[in-house]
Amino acid sequence: MSGILNSSIGRKFAMALSAFFLMIFLLQHFAINSLSVFSADAFNEVSHFMGTNWLIQFVMQPILMFGVVFHFVMGFVLEIRNRKARHISYAKNNGAANSTWMSRNMIYSGLFILIFLIIHFLDFWFPEINTKYIQGDMSGLLADGEGYRYFEELQHKFEPVWRVALYCVGFVFLALHLLHGFNSAFQSVGANNKYTKGLKGFGKAYAILIPLGFIVIALVHHFNH
Amino acid sequence: MNLTLKIWRQKNANDKGGLVDYKVTDVSPDMSFLEMLDVLNEDLINKNEEPVAFDHDCREGICGMCSLYINGEAHGPDRGITTCQLHMRMFKDGDTIYIEPFRAAAFPVIKDLVVDRSAFDRIQHAGGFISVNTSGNTIDANAIPVNKHDADKAFDAATCIGCGACVASCKNSSAMLFVSAKVSQFALLPQGKIEATDRVLNMVKQMDEEGFGNCTNTGACEVECPKGISLENIARMNREYLKASLKG
Ligand code: HEM
Ligand code: SF4
Ligand code: FES
Repeated sequence: MSGILNSSIGRKFAMALSAFFLMIFLLQHFAINSLSVFSADAFNEVSHFMGTNWLIQFVMQPILMFGVVFHFVMGFVLEIRNRKARHISYAKNNGAANSTWMSRNMIYSGLFILIFLIIHFLDFWFPEINTKYIQGDMSGLLADGEGYRYFEELQHKFEPVWRVALYCVGFVFLALHLLHGFNSAFQSVGANNKYTKGLKGFGKAYAILIPLGFIVIALVHHFNH
Repeated sequence: MNLTLKIWRQKNANDKGGLVDYKVTDVSPDMSFLEMLDVLNEDLINKNEEPVAFDHDCREGICGMCSLYINGEAHGPDRGITTCQLHMRMFKDGDTIYIEPFRAAAFPVIKDLVVDRSAFDRIQHAGGFISVNTSGNTIDANAIPVNKHDADKAFDAATCIGCGACVASCKNSSAMLFVSAKVSQFALLPQGKIEATDRVLNMVKQMDEEGFGNCTNTGACEVECPKGISLENIARMNREYLKASLKG
């Protein structure tokens, strides 16, 4: 087992594991966001629970951070190594003849997701940390004490058109990333068998529907405010 | 047909090299691609110029010696064939055809279109073999029953001719399709079980040391492979590698 990250297949395997983790997290994030469309109260309750539960805050959240950082750092490491494996590029290369655009541009879709994530952190995570741990307000209540603040804050964030547009573009890139990534991750861990065909369809559905769902939620809050 | 060829010319491994234009006229659509290059070379020799160096041997798609990156694809635009089996009818009169060597840091150019693919030999030496008792009581391979499904898959993997098109087509210059074919052909058979653990570890180690890139599952190799070696083999190698790593 020693030094598995020093081998090409080991790195690939680790990349896939971090990706699986992110894809599961994405589902959970989507489920909670969906609540905000149907019930402000339910969204508030769950947000407060997620934001104050010690297991989630101090165990799950650090694991998630590690997962994200590991995934994109490893993504860059692999990209650099792979570029080094060819010193002179072809004068004419017909990549479209044998592979999808998504598969050849994972680093660019990933890079855009990273930019989106940075903005997403500045938008939601930093204010949260500031309120809870710097100002010490763990109540989760609005300034006037009239009910929870989470839903209000969410709607407020999706007022500016630029932010909604940016979120939409970010999720389009996530969809492109997952259109290749979902099934690629299974291949990386060695799962290529009689289920692969069916899984391809499922992967496509996941890659399109989940990001689309996030977009719809952002638009709903933009137009319903 | 009249064609313009843009051919990579490079005197030796240290020369910088570059694309040179050549006009060829009266090319028959029934010619093979290599015959077309033979005609060009005859022409160049008659003009006292240096002929274009390119690899070939059997010219019937079995040895894996021919190569060439033709119009942006390994072994050219046709599917399931090597360059020696590519015919000029795949092109149109007036076409411009780019002819480049297979590119990978692990496949350095020797001259013009000839590259050094001995990295593949070294990977084979690292584990592409089995142990057989040859001291007089050798067991006939046919005496060992093999599940038909596995035998077919092993045979499919064994059809890899080691041409390197997978490496050339891969955006990462990864050799995983080749190595996985070589790992699979043994992993699927009882004769291959004895060295199974060491084989996959050593072959992958050698592959990494040779400077090939890392597979990102684009699938370009499978499409361009003249023998239709399947990505399933890469998945199998990943499993074998994981199993071996956990053991060792
Ligand atoms: C933070 C920015 C991100 C960057 C820079 C990034 C970069 C990359 C790169 C370069 C690859 C290809 C590497 C390879 O296949 O070996 C990759 C694969 C993948 N990524 Fe990302 N990614 C990011 C975020 C995400 C997110 C948020 C998800 C899912 C929610 C995700 C899911 C995947 C999947 C499923 C794969 C395929 C893994 C595999 O083939 O084994 N990525 N990523
Ligand atoms: S896997 Fe296919 S493309 Fe790669 S070396 Fe073998 S025959 Fe050639
Ligand atoms: S020359 Fe033998 S395969 Fe093409």
